[in-house]
Parts: sequence; structure tokens; C-alpha cells
Amino acid sequence: MKKRFFYLAIYALPLLFLLGFTQKEKKDIKKEALPKEDQCYTCHKEVEILPKDFSQNDAHRYANLSCSSCHGGDPTSADETIAKSSSKGFVGVPKRQDIPKLCGKCHSNIDIMRVYQPRIATDQVAQYYTSVHGKKLLSGDQNVAECSSCHSSHNILPAKDPRSTVYALNIPNTCNKCHGNKELMKKYNIPSNQLEEYSKSVHGEALLKNKDLGAPSCNDCHGNHGAMPPGIASISHVCGTCHTSNMEYFTTTKMAKSFEEMNFHACEQCHGYHAVQKPSTAMIGVNKESQCIECHTPGDEGYAVSKKIKESLVKLNNYYESANANFLEVRQKGMNDVEIGFLLQDVKQTIIQSRTLIHTFDSTKVSAKTEEGINIAVKASLLAKKEIDEYYTRRNGFAAATVVFLIIVITLYLKIKEKEKKTNQK
Amino acid sequence: MIKNIGSKIASWIDERYNLEPLRNLIKHKKVPAHRYSIWYYMGGVTLFLFFVQLLTGILLLLYYRPGEDSAYESVRFIVTEVKFGWLIRNVHSWSANLLVLFAFIHMFSVFFSKAYKKPRELTWVTGFILLVLTLAFGFSGYLLPWNELAFFATKVGTDIVGVVPIIGEPLKMILRGGEDVTGATLSRFFGIHVAILPAIFTVFLVAHLFFIQQQGMHEPEKFKNLPENKKKYIPFFPDFALKDLLFWVVVFNILIFLALYFPWELGNKADAFAPAPEGIKPEWYFMFMFHTLKLLPAHILFIEGELFGILIFGVAAVIWMLIPFIKIKQKHGWKIQPLTLIGILVVFFIAVMTIIGYLV
Repeated sequence: MKKRFFYLAIYALPLLFLLGFTQKEKKDIKKEALPKEDQCYTCHKEVEILPKDFSQNDAHRYANLSCSSCHGGDPTSADETIAKSSSKGFVGVPKRQDIPKLCGKCHSNIDIMRVYQPRIATDQVAQYYTSVHGKKLLSGDQNVAECSSCHSSHNILPAKDPRSTVYALNIPNTCNKCHGNKELMKKYNIPSNQLEEYSKSVHGEALLKNKDLGAPSCNDCHGNHGAMPPGIASISHVCGTCHTSNMEYFTTTKMAKSFEEMNFHACEQCHGYHAVQKPSTAMIGVNKESQCIECHTPGDEGYAVSKKIKESLVKLNNYYESANANFLEVRQKGMNDVEIGFLLQDVKQTIIQSRTLIHTFDSTKVSAKTEEGINIAVKASLLAKKEIDEYYTRRNGFAAATVVFLIIVITLYLKIKEKEKKTNQK
Repeated sequence: MIKNIGSKIASWIDERYNLEPLRNLIKHKKVPAHRYSIWYYMGGVTLFLFFVQLLTGILLLLYYRPGEDSAYESVRFIVTEVKFGWLIRNVHSWSANLLVLFAFIHMFSVFFSKAYKKPRELTWVTGFILLVLTLAFGFSGYLLPWNELAFFATKVGTDIVGVVPIIGEPLKMILRGGEDVTGATLSRFFGIHVAILPAIFTVFLVAHLFFIQQQGMHEPEKFKNLPENKKKYIPFFPDFALKDLLFWVVVFNILIFLALYFPWELGNKADAFAPAPEGIKPEWYFMFMFHTLKLLPAHILFIEGELFGILIFGVAAVIWMLIPFIKIKQKHGWKIQPLTLIGILVVFFIAVMTIIGYLV
């Protein structure tokens, strides 16, 4: 009997251990999923006075930060007078000019922040004070944006979260909350139609319509915490962050120097800024819409170069169109269009490259590239012609084969009839 | 001159191997001539299409490379780059379909003319096995281009096999070479298509042809009852053979017409992670079975509808194969004999289900 009990105990041990393990696991999950609820939250929820923009999903809540982390006070006490007493450090709603420093208490301290994200930046506040927003706030302006203007106060989410006010797709609207306010902007003497212009631009369409997160939003050109309108010197670098080749070509030209001397805004001079449109060949050459003739006049070198560049581009485009028409015919005939498709992609690539080379303002460089594209287009057209010829050859081959088969059929038929006649005679 | 050389060679062989039996066969083989003679050509054309398959299949084998990363690419290479590759591949696909069609016609013509009766029971059985093997050829060959439609059709097809109790699941695993349709399934189907099936098929084909050769063509009742002098025969060589040849040439011409004007689409490459494309349909000769299974209710008599359907099809196939051994009494006074009626119903069922399957 004793022995049996002993065995039972032995078997029960690992079982208990397992049970404990699963219990522990359950607890861990619970801790991860739900933030702690302290006395601030419990009471405010009860009397239904939670901040207007309060969200259960706030990142700080999930980091187990209490209301008191920002507002001060004692989150353990259920007694309002104790909880909100100044002796417990209660500050209530922080003053606007204090907010950057308040957030910086943690966000500028890498020792605190690395717990959450080892690679997180901690220079936001420092950057902020270099921005127009920050400088104005320091000088006592109560209307400029501080941290909570963009990130919200109680609904703060990481920028990668699509629900966040600073998620790439939401940024234009977040900035527009203030920058779209005519009255407010009037005070600073800046326009308020940026979003409207941006939405129509090639960047705005890509981001807002096509939801292309690679497209630049406000902060990609202006910076975020250190937001500033880009200066003349920095414009080509700002655009060059993405349009690297264009910047590289442009900065090494004579034109770049002349632009600087004449106080021209580099890229912006021809392409505009918020309303930047998809560039077309109409922008170059000596026609009415050309940007070049704004400065260049007939007879000068630039005028001639612009004309030449335009001619090369148009020529390449024509070759591309004709090759594409042949490609479509091949496809429509159900013939092999794979290789031609690849070649046409290469031609398209040379079109893009030669358009980029416009920024060298060197017609020989552009025409060398367009000739390369033309050669590929010719190759594609030849291949397409071969396929179309093959299409007709197959049909003709079938017709010829059918004639041969018909002759065989007739011969066989006659032979059979002849045999039948013979057997009938027998 | 040529004739001279020909006869010299013939006599050289004759001296050593005695060609007399062969010569006798050619001389004496006769085919009955009557109003239903046309059906005699159906078997021949099926055989012809089998040879077309054999030849085009061997040619495709020169370029086809089985494997997840190469099957689709190699078929595309065949139809785009290889000289006449497009023709060979399309003829192979079209010929496969015509082969099944003519095999069915051949089978039903034999059924309705009651040619399977004693002493031709085994000819019928081997013929039925050949038909099943042909369908297996079709099913295994369909996957080989490794395109989207084939991939999902194979998935559905092998899923149906898995429904069969006890042996279904292991059989499905064997067919697929694992849990899912993968590259392993492809190599398996390739092996089945180009090695296993041809080997088995050859055995049954030789037996089938041997039986026919031994017993000669079947004569319908009415023809048999004619007085001897009224019975008309035509010699197999060359009369019947010439007619056969004429029919083959016409079929071949139709074949290349179809291959040129209605090329078999290759479609997109199979992607196991892509959602199944809309309108996955099996090949037309599986449609009647597929659609019947789809129409069956979820449960019939305590068992799953699908399983019920498969069992019924299985039993029906076995009965159909053994029909020469089943005695059904002739009903005097009946305009249509019971067996003929069953045959008509079967044809009607297959036709209606196929049509509905394509319309829905």
C-alpha cells in the first residue's frame, strides 16, 4: 500500500510540474495582452471622464506607463485629494511650452528608451528646438506644433502602425490640421493650400491614391522633428535623396553654378515643389511649354542643346511606339511575345535613363543613350516581324500540307473505287 | 528495278524465317461488308492516334524537363523556341483528346453491336482496361506542363481519390508523393506517364490486337444469318487497309488544323501559394463524373455523398467491364433490348452531365 502511494507520488510530480508550467504560460500571455489598470484609470473610467482622444491602444499604456508618468500624482491612491495632491507631484495638464521637455524626460534618455527599442533615436527634442516650430515655441508662441500636435496626447502609436497619426499615409492630413488652417497660417504669412497642391502632384497621387508607402510625404522633404522649409542650397539634396542620378548629374554641370549665382531654386525651378507633376518631354525643347526657353533665347547655346535633346527623345519615343505596335500585333496573333516584351522593357529603361541624362544638359550624352534605346527597339521590331512572318508561314504551311493530304485522299479514294470495281467484276 | 530488289530481300528473309504464315494472313484476312461497317474503323483510328501520341510524346521528351523549376519553362521553350515544337506539343494535346473521344466511340459501337459476346469477352475486357489506361494517361499528362489549371485540377482529382475508404488516403499519398501536390507529384506523374503506363498499355494493346487477329472481325446478327452467297466480304489487304489509311489521313489533317488554329494554352505557371483560379474544370472526359459528384447531396444513406458517388462509379465500371459475362435474358416483343437500353441511358447520362458541367 505504501509502495503504491510512493509510485503515485512519483507520477504526480511531473504532472504537477507540467500543470504549473502551463499556468505560468497563461499568466505571461495575459501580462502581454492587457496593460495594468491603476487607480487613475479605474476612477476616471468609472466617472467617464477620460481624455477626449483616449485610446486603449496607446503605446504608452502597453509599456505599462501610468497617467501619472506625465501628469504626476499618486496612481495607487483611490482618494482624489491624495492622488492629485501637489505633494505627490501632480501637475495636471502640462503647459504647452513644457510638453517637449516632458516627453524628452524619457525620449531623450537612451537608458530608458533602449529597454523598449535598442536602436531608437533620442534626439527628437534636440531636433525639435532647431525647427521653426521649436524656435517659435521657445519664443512664447502658443500656436505652433509641439509633440502632441502631431503624435496626439492619448492615442500615441508607433509610426509604422497604420492607425497612427504619423503613419506615412496619414501624415499629409496630420500636418494639414494646422497648415490647412487659413486663419492660422495668415499670421505666419504662409499659404494654406499645400495639401491641395500636394494631392494633385505625382508624389501625392502615389501616396494618397495608390497607397505607395515609398512615395514622399511632407516629412520626407521637410524633416519631421526638425521641420524646416528646405533652403536653396539643400533643395537638390532633398530631391536627390530619392532622385540620386538626377542630383548627381545636375550638381556637376555649369547650369548648377549659374542657378546658384542667379538664386534659382535648383530642381524646384523647373519642376515646382508641392504640386510637382510627372515630367513630360514637353518640358524640354523650344516649344511653348518648355522650361528651357524661360531663360534661353534663339541663338544661344542652351537653346540649341535643348532643341537637340528634345529631338533625340522624340525619336526614341517614336521607335518605341512603333516597336510596341508590332509587339501588340504579335500578341494579338497569339505568337511568342516573351522576348519582345523583355526588349521593350529595356527600351523603356533607356527612355527613363535618357530623360534622367537631360540633367547633364549635354545633348551628346542624351543622344548616345537614345541611340542605344533605338537599337534595342529596332531589334524588338525585327523580332516581332519575324514572329508575324512565322504566323503566316504556319498558315501557308498548313494550306500546302492540306493540299498534299487532299491529293493523297483523292488518290486513295480512286484506288479504293478501282479495287471495288474489280471485286464486283469478279 | 526496285521491285526486283524488294522481292530479292523478301526471298532472302523468307529463306530464313518462313514468311508463309504472314503471307497467308495477308491473303486471307477478310472484313465483313455491311451497313454498319463504318464502326470497324473506330478502333483503327484510335490505334493510329495512339501512334501519333507515341511519336509526338517521344519528340516532346527530347526537350521536356520534369521538375518544379523546369517543367513549365521547358514546355514554354518547346512552344516558343524549338522548331515545330509548337506543332508537336499542340498535336500531342489535341491527339490525346481525339484519342479519348474515338476510344469512347469505339467502345460504345462495340457495345451496341454486341461484339463483346462470346467468344470476344477478353477483347472487351482488355479494351476496357486500355480505355482506363488512356484516361490515366490523360490525367497524368495534364499535370506535366505544371501550369495553374493543371495544378489545381490535379489537386482536386487526387483529393477525390482520397475519399475512398481505407485505400483512398494511402493511394492519394502515393499519387502525390506526399501530403500535397508538389514537385514530387510532378516527377511521379512524369514517371507514370512516360514509363509505367506505356509499359502496361503495350501489354494490353498487344493482347487486344492479338485477340482480334485470332478471331477476326465480329459479324452482326443479321449479317451472320444471311445465306453464305449473300454475305459480302472485302479483303483486309489492301481494300480495308486503304480505307483505314484514308480515314487516318483525314483525321491527321483535322489534327494539324486544330493544333494550328486552336493551340493549347499554356497559361500561368503553377503556384502552390496562389489562390485557386476561377473555373477549375477537369478535362472534358472526366467532366461527367466530376459534375455528378458535385451534384450529389452531402449525405446519402449514412455515407458521404461524394464517397457514395465514387463507389457507384467504381461498381458501375466493374460491371461495365464484366458485361460479357453477365447474362441478361433477351425480352421477346421488346423493341429495344434491356442491355441496349442501359447503353443508351449511359450515353445519355454522360452526354447530359458533360453538357451541364460546362454550362454551370
